[in-house]
Amino acid sequence: MSQERTVSVWQDRVRLRVLSKGSGPALVYFHGPWGLTWEPFLDLLAQHFTVHAPEHPGTTPGAPDDIYQLDNLWDLVLCYDELLDALEVSDAVFVGHSFGGMVACEMAAAAARRVRELVLIDPIGFWRDTEPVVNWMALDVAEMRRRIFRDPEGEAARQLFGKEDDPAARVRLAWAMGATGKFIWPIPDKGLKKRIHRVKAPTLLVWGKEDRLVPPVYADEFTRRLPGARVQMMDQAGHAPHLEQPEIAARMVREFVKR
Amino acid sequence: MKISAFHLMPHRELPDDFEKRYASVWVTPPWHELADPARVGQYYNWTLDELLFAARAGFDGVCTNEHHQNAYGFMPSPNLMGSVLARGTAGSNVAIVQMGATLPTSNPPIRVAEEYAMLDCISGGRLVAGLPLGSPMDVNFCYGITPMEHRERYREAFALTLKAWTSREIFAWNGRYFQLANVNLWPRPVQQPHPPVWVPGSGSISTFDFAVDNEACYCFLSYSGAKSAKSMMDKYWDVVTGKGRKPNPYRAGFLQLVVVGETDADAEQKYARHVEYFYHKCMHWPLAYGAPPGNQDFRSLQAAALNPVRRVEDVKKLKYRDFVEKGYVIAGSPATVRDRLKEEVVKSLRVGNLMVLLQIGSMPHELTLENMDLFARKVLPDLRGVWDDEGWVNEWWPERLRTRTPAGEHLTAMGRQGVVAAGGA
Repeated sequence: MSQERTVSVWQDRVRLRVLSKGSGPALVYFHGPWGLTWEPFLDLLAQHFTVHAPEHPGTTPGAPDDIYQLDNLWDLVLCYDELLDALEVSDAVFVGHSFGGMVACEMAAAAARRVRELVLIDPIGFWRDTEPVVNWMALDVAEMRRRIFRDPEGEAARQLFGKEDDPAARVRLAWAMGATGKFIWPIPDKGLKKRIHRVKAPTLLVWGKEDRLVPPVYADEFTRRLPGARVQMMDQAGHAPHLEQPEIAARMVREFVKR
Repeated sequence: MKISAFHLMPHRELPDDFEKRYASVWVTPPWHELADPARVGQYYNWTLDELLFAARAGFDGVCTNEHHQNAYGFMPSPNLMGSVLARGTAGSNVAIVQMGATLPTSNPPIRVAEEYAMLDCISGGRLVAGLPLGSPMDVNFCYGITPMEHRERYREAFALTLKAWTSREIFAWNGRYFQLANVNLWPRPVQQPHPPVWVPGSGSISTFDFAVDNEACYCFLSYSGAKSAKSMMDKYWDVVTGKGRKPNPYRAGFLQLVVVGETDADAEQKYARHVEYFYHKCMHWPLAYGAPPGNQDFRSLQAAALNPVRRVEDVKKLKYRDFVEKGYVIAGSPATVRDRLKEEVVKSLRVGNLMVLLQIGSMPHELTLENMDLFARKVLPDLRGVWDDEGWVNEWWPERLRTRTPAGEHLTAMGRQGVVAAGGA
């Protein structure tokens, strides 16, 4: 990426590293529960957008304990609001994956003026008793990989999880899940259903057809509350379609924004 | 030293193929397939009878603990059991050791302060107040507490509990997790300024610091014996002396599984299958349940990943003789048990408050009483004086019981028959 900076927000108690690259309209990417890695998907987006990818509080190297400064989702949303001010991004395309999809949607509900287009990739945020979201935090790593990826041994899985025998990678992964899990334990339904009606931005839902963590039926939970939302199911992809099929996912984002 | 009988209140009749058919003994074991309320009522009554028997047999204390959705131990409310025990031991010198009610899952946590004060009043000042953090299975998976908030909630609840016991004024508690405008505990404990506090743990360094800073007795509740606990307990004693405290052995508690027979061979013949049941079925749960992300703070997580202490042993591959040899279970004749407990556990770990688990897994009621009786008559009397020549005071034991020993001979004269008849269940 072309730029890396660490921004202090929340009375200087929360430090967030932001990776930025590209030119064109601003696009903010909210990563999922397994932490931020600069992925081919983001490179592809950077050919058309100025991509800003912040790290979730607590996951920035050297600042793990900053997560204790935030108690709930409201704190988190305001924290990101301050971050966008600091980045001088008044509005942008918001893209979020999984947990990050829920955060992007909460941002779009709380600060509708900031969001030009909203793209949610296999987002969480709702709950159906009949099709429960799998709690990945209760799984061993091998089972987690099988649940997230269509191909658990593929390049995308290796990139997100790092080397299995690398203790630093294991720590990074566990802490990212802990710091994001703080906002969704034990059931990832934290009131989005009360707030989602405030979303004004045109919305695209991208879902991997073989998502074994958050079943694709959850797209219905979003579309029945956001009647104008478009849904694109992706073949050959699980819970992280933008990692397993980056070209297709990046094209979907680009075409949706261009439409 | 003080020696207490500990009980988990397990399911004693899990199917032979339990660990093959079911994913976990904890959190998800299906009640309707595995248990029957009438039969479970029998287990509870056996448990109470066994602990009351131990109290009469000469043990210094009786211990209960809290677990949820767990077939190896299902006393969701240890205080319900503790109140029966407090009443059943009225007039004795036996301590009621609650190991105990879990603070982060009691909301508001002054409920624990209230119930413990009740137990202290009912027992006439014989309560030991265990204030556990609780396991991730119980607290995070069964009771829904966010792993990253688990320790913060515990520390706040702990401070609130002590203040609720000791403050003479009504106060407001404006905490991060708990807000109470009028804390004014009814009743207050008999023991002043408060009952002795024990903090159970499983070897985490941050808990060592916490126990010492709060002048609590640190109790290692281990199912894997003293050999594997040695390096951890050495670290605990480093923390104790590092913080300028004296190495008073009563600052440490330890839980040890024990089975006693007439001879070593007799012990193997009687107890082997119950020990194997315990480790093969009762310890059966996914590793991931023990460490949900965020439950450990970042530094502990990093320390554990960079310097793994040792590989977790697969207990399913071990048999009775392995468990005995490795010291998971101290087993054998009274002489064998006495010697191993004294050297490997009490002296090696420097433990002043020993807890022994004598009902193990599927062990039936009669055999449990036999184990308790042999231990009380032939092992316990020789252990009691281990620390006497060093002159330490057990500040973590109810003050009026410190210098007294339960009248073992008199009470065992009641015999097992009397207890069984009195059990009634």
